[in-house]
Amino acid sequence: MNQPSYKELKNGAAPVMITEIPVLENYLFHETVKDLLADKSNHCVSYYCQVYSGRLKFICCIAGDDNGSIMIFSHEMRKDDPPLKSLTPDCPAMHIFEREIHENQGVKFEGHPWLKPVRYPTDRADRLSIMDNYPFYQIESEELHEVGVGPIHAGVIEPGHFRFICNGEKVLHLEIQLGYQHRGIEKLFIDKTEALQQCILAENIAGDTAIGHGLAHAQLIESLAGIEVCEALQIERCIALEMERIAIHIGDTAALSGDVAYQLGQVTCEALRTMVINTTQYWCGNRFGKGLVRPGGSNYPLTDKTADEILTVLGEVVRRYENVTGCIYTLPSVLGRFEDIGTVTGQQARSTGAVGMAARSCGILRDTRMTHPFQYYRSYRVDPVTLDSGDVLARGMLRVLEVKASADIIRGLIDAWRRSEKSVGKPLYDYRLRPDSFAISLTEGWRGEICHSAVTDSEGNITHYKIKDPSQHNWMALALAVRNQEISDFPVCNKSFNLSYCGHDL
Amino acid sequence: MMKEIRILKDHGKQYIPDLRKQPVSERFRGRPVISSGISAAEIERAATICPVDAIDGRNGAIDLGRCTFCNECALALPESYHFTNDYRIAATGREDLIIRPGQADPLRIDETAIRPEVRKLFRRSLKLRQVSAGGDNSCEMELAASGNVNFDLGRYGIEFVASPRHADGIVITGPVTENMSEALEICYRAVPSPKVIILVGTDAISGGLFTGSPALQRRFIEHHKADLYVPGNPAHPLTFINGIMDLLGL
Repeated sequence: MNQPSYKELKNGAAPVMITEIPVLENYLFHETVKDLLADKSNHCVSYYCQVYSGRLKFICCIAGDDNGSIMIFSHEMRKDDPPLKSLTPDCPAMHIFEREIHENQGVKFEGHPWLKPVRYPTDRADRLSIMDNYPFYQIESEELHEVGVGPIHAGVIEPGHFRFICNGEKVLHLEIQLGYQHRGIEKLFIDKTEALQQCILAENIAGDTAIGHGLAHAQLIESLAGIEVCEALQIERCIALEMERIAIHIGDTAALSGDVAYQLGQVTCEALRTMVINTTQYWCGNRFGKGLVRPGGSNYPLTDKTADEILTVLGEVVRRYENVTGCIYTLPSVLGRFEDIGTVTGQQARSTGAVGMAARSCGILRDTRMTHPFQYYRSYRVDPVTLDSGDVLARGMLRVLEVKASADIIRGLIDAWRRSEKSVGKPLYDYRLRPDSFAISLTEGWRGEICHSAVTDSEGNITHYKIKDPSQHNWMALALAVRNQEISDFPVCNKSFNLSYCGHDL
Repeated sequence: MMKEIRILKDHGKQYIPDLRKQPVSERFRGRPVISSGISAAEIERAATICPVDAIDGRNGAIDLGRCTFCNECALALPESYHFTNDYRIAATGREDLIIRPGQADPLRIDETAIRPEVRKLFRRSLKLRQVSAGGDNSCEMELAASGNVNFDLGRYGIEFVASPRHADGIVITGPVTENMSEALEICYRAVPSPKVIILVGTDAISGGLFTGSPALQRRFIEHHKADLYVPGNPAHPLTFINGIMDLLGL
C-alpha cells in the first residue's frame, strides 16, 4: 500500500513503462477514480481495457486541470472474474467508457444504469447485439409518440440514428444510436504498421479535424520514439490548428444561419470559410490540411510568403466576419431561435464530462491548450473564452469570440515564428518506438479535447491504440439539450454542437 | 437593412463564373504526371513508399481510385512523379483512373461509357441523394460546398435532396462500413429508376487506406457499376462539379 496510487505524466512527455503504472486492487481502483473525480478540476480523458499477458488490463487516465498532470493507474482481472462495480452512478461521465469496455470485452459493470451498445464494432464481445435491435428507451403511454430520424439524414452529413419520444411537439427524451461509421480504425493502427499509413489514418479519423487528430498522433509517436521537434515546427502546428478552428467555426456560423433561414449570414460565412480553407490549401495543397502534420518534420514548412498570405486573408476574413456576425447576433428573428434554446446547464455538462465548446459555453473552463499545453502553447499562453448560458446562442457566440481569439493567437504565433530559428526538417518515418511503454497525447481540436494513447510490446510494436474524440462525451450533452424543447428546434441544437459521427464511431 | 446591403456589397460577387477554368493554388494535388523514362528502381521505390498500394510495381502507374494524394511519391522522386493542380480527374470507367507513365494529356471522360438515358433525362435537372457510408466528413463537406455561394452547383439544376424518392441517383462517400451497408442498399432501392451512382473520394472508390478492415462491407460497390468516379481525399468541389458536367455533357 506504500506505492502511490497513480503515475503522473505531462501531456506529450516521455512515455512510461507499462510496469510503472500502478496496478490497483479493484476496490482501490474504484475508490481512486471516485476520489479524483470528486475534485472538479479533474476529469477522465481515457479509460479502456485491453488484453495484456492473458489478463484484462484496465488503464485509466485522469487529467488534473489545475496542475497540468495526467494521472495514470490501472487494475487487472480475468475474463471470468465477478462483475465490476460500475463507476457511473457516482461519476456519470464514466458511462461512455464503461459502455465501450462492456461492448468490446464483454465485461459487466454492476449498477451501470445505461449499459448499452456504443458503436457495434466488428470484434464486439456479443455478436448477437446488432444495429437493428438497439435497446431504445421506451415510455408506455397513449399520449406519447416516437420519431425516428436516420441513419441517413436529409442533408449532406454523416449517418446516425436519433430516436425522439415526444409529447405533441415537445421532446421528452432523445436517444442517439451511433456506430454506422465504424471503420475499425483503432485496429488499423495496429495492422497498418508503416508510419505514413498511420499518419494518414489519423488524418482520416475525422476529416474535419485532420489537424487536431493528425497532431495528436504525431505528438504520440514523437513521445514514444523520443523525437524532439524544433520550436518553429511547434509554432507552425499551432497555427494550422487555429486555422482549422477558424474555418470550421465560420462554417458552423453559416450552417446555423441557414437553419433559421437567415440567408445573408449563411452565404457570407460560407464564402469566408472558403477563403480560410483555400489558404490552408495554399500552404499544404489540401483544404483540410491533410498532409501538413507529420512526425518529426514537415513536407510543407511555413514560409514568409505563406505567413504573409495567412495574415492578409485572416485580416480580411475577421473584419468581414465581425460585420456579418454583428448582424446575425443582433437580429431578433435569429435571436428568437437561439436564445434559451437547447440549454445545457453547467452541472449537466460537468456530469456528462462535456469537453471543448460544449463545456466552455456553459461556464466550464476546459481547454487543453491552457490546462495541458502542448507544442508551442507551452510557451504561448491561451486564455480560453467562456460563456455561461449554455444555450444555442452561447454556442453560436462562442464561435464568434473564438474566431477572433484564434486570429489574434495566429498573429502572435507568426510573430514568434518569425523570431524563431527555423530548422524544420523532413518528416521522420523511420523510427523505433520505445518498447513496453504507454504514452498519451492530448490536443485541443476545434470541437474540444482529443486524446490518443498507445501501448507498445517488447519489440516496440503498437499493441493497443486508443482514440477519444471530443464527440464521445458531447453526444450525451446534445441528448440532454433537446429535452423539453420543440422537436423543430432539434436542427439548430444539433448544428450548434456539430459533433462528429466518424470520430465517435472510429 | 442598410447594414445588410453594405455587407453584401462588401462581399461582392462570390460565385465562380467559369467552373471549368477556375485556377486553384499551385500546391493543390490533382492529376499526376509520371515521367515516361521512369526506371525500374524508381518504380520499386515509389511502390514501396505508397501507403495504399496505388502505384503499380510493374509499370509505375498510379491508380487515382486508390491514391490518397499524400504526395509522398512525388516528394521522394520529384523527377519521376509530379502532381499537377489539374482538378479535372473524374472518370466514367474505373480503369480510366489509372495514370500511366508518359501520359501527360488532360483526362477527358469516356463518353461511350455513359448510358444514353443519363444525358437524355438528367441533363437539365439532376437531383442527388448523398449517402455517407463511413466517410470521414471531409468529402461530405466538399460535396456540401459544391452547392455553396462560390461553386453554386445549383446553377445547372443539380442539387442534393432530402429523400431518395426525390432523387435521380446516389452519391456515395466513405469506404462502406458493414454497419451502413444495409442502409445504403435500402436507400438505393428507394431511388426511382433510371438512376445514377456516383462514387466520391478514394475511400468510396477503392476503400482507400481502410482496405482490408473487417469493419467494411463493400458488396454494394462490387455489385453495381458506378456512372462516375470522383477521386480525391477529399474530392475537391471542382473535381466533383466538372465530373458531373462531363457526365451530363454540359
